[in-house]
Amino acid sequence: MKARVIVTLKNGVLDPQGKAIEGALDGLGFGDVGSVRQGKVFDVELAGADEDAARSELEQMCEKLLANTVIENYAIEIV
Amino acid sequence: MKTAVIVFPGSNRDRDMFHALELITGSKPQSVWHTENTLPDADLVVVPGGFSYGDYLRSGAIAARSPILKDLVAKAESGVSVLGVCNGFQILTEAGLLPGALMRNAGLTFVCKEVKMTTVNNVTRFSSKFTQGQVWRCPVAHHDGNYFADETTLARIEDNGQVVFRYAEGTNPNGSINDIAGITNAKGNVLGMMPHPENLVEPLNGGLDGRLLFESLVDKAA
Repeated sequence: MKARVIVTLKNGVLDPQGKAIEGALDGLGFGDVGSVRQGKVFDVELAGADEDAARSELEQMCEKLLANTVIENYAIEIV
Repeated sequence: MKTAVIVFPGSNRDRDMFHALELITGSKPQSVWHTENTLPDADLVVVPGGFSYGDYLRSGAIAARSPILKDLVAKAESGVSVLGVCNGFQILTEAGLLPGALMRNAGLTFVCKEVKMTTVNNVTRFSSKFTQGQVWRCPVAHHDGNYFADETTLARIEDNGQVVFRYAEGTNPNGSINDIAGITNAKGNVLGMMPHPENLVEPLNGGLDGRLLFESLVDKAA
C-alpha cells in the first residue's frame, strides 16, 4: 500500500522560507501570489493491506518523527 | 565534576566541548557514542553542536531518536544536569526535554559571528556565576536558531523564569521570539542554548566569558 504524508507549518508559525519563495515568485512576474507556505511530502510504502491499520501506523509515525507537532500539522492520504 | 559528551554522526563541536570541560573541570569528559544504551555516571551530560545526520528531516530530529536518548531522558528526569549547545539545543527540543522548537533563521542565512547575551535569570545551576542582567560575549554559528514556542508555552516559560539568556538588545541574530537564546526545562536541570560558551573559555579564544557557565556547574557539583 502506498501513502502520502503532507506536513505543513501551523497557522501563526512564521515561515521565512515561504516568504523568500513568495518574493522570488513576485520577482518572476507572478504578481498574483498572495502568500506561499512551504511544507514537506513523504511517500511511504507499507507492506500491509489494511487501510485502517496503515492510517493508525502512519499517525504514530507523524507523531513520533515525521512532524514536529510543536510547529507542524500533518495530513495522511492513502494513494 | 564528572562529565560526559554524547557524539552523533555529524557532531563537530564535540572536541571544543571536550577541551572546555577538561580545562574547567580538571578531568577528562567521557565520550559516548549515540548507539550506546547507557550513559556513564556523570554530574553533567552535554549534547554538543554540529550537524547530526546532516540536519536531515529537521535539525536534531534524527539524533533525538537515537538509542542513547532514552537514558538521557531518564538521567534528566533523575536530576542530572544536561546541557545542549546549538545542535544540542535542537536535539533536546526534538526529544521533548525542552519546550518549543528551533526554526530556520528569520534572515535565511547561516550566521557565524559574535553576539551579546544578557543573563536574565542567574538563579539556575547554569548561570549562578553571572550577575543578574550581566551582558556577555558569545559566538554563534547556526542556520536553524530561530526559537519558537506557542503563546501559552511562551507565557509559561517566561513566568517560570525558564528563559536564562536573551540576545542583548539589537543583537538577535536569528529572529528568536522574545530574543530567547537559552532556556531551561521547568525543573531547571536541562539547559539548551544556541550560542557556544565552549568557544570563549581561554585567552586564545579572545575572551573568557563562556567560562562562567561551566564554573556555575562546577560550583553546583561541588
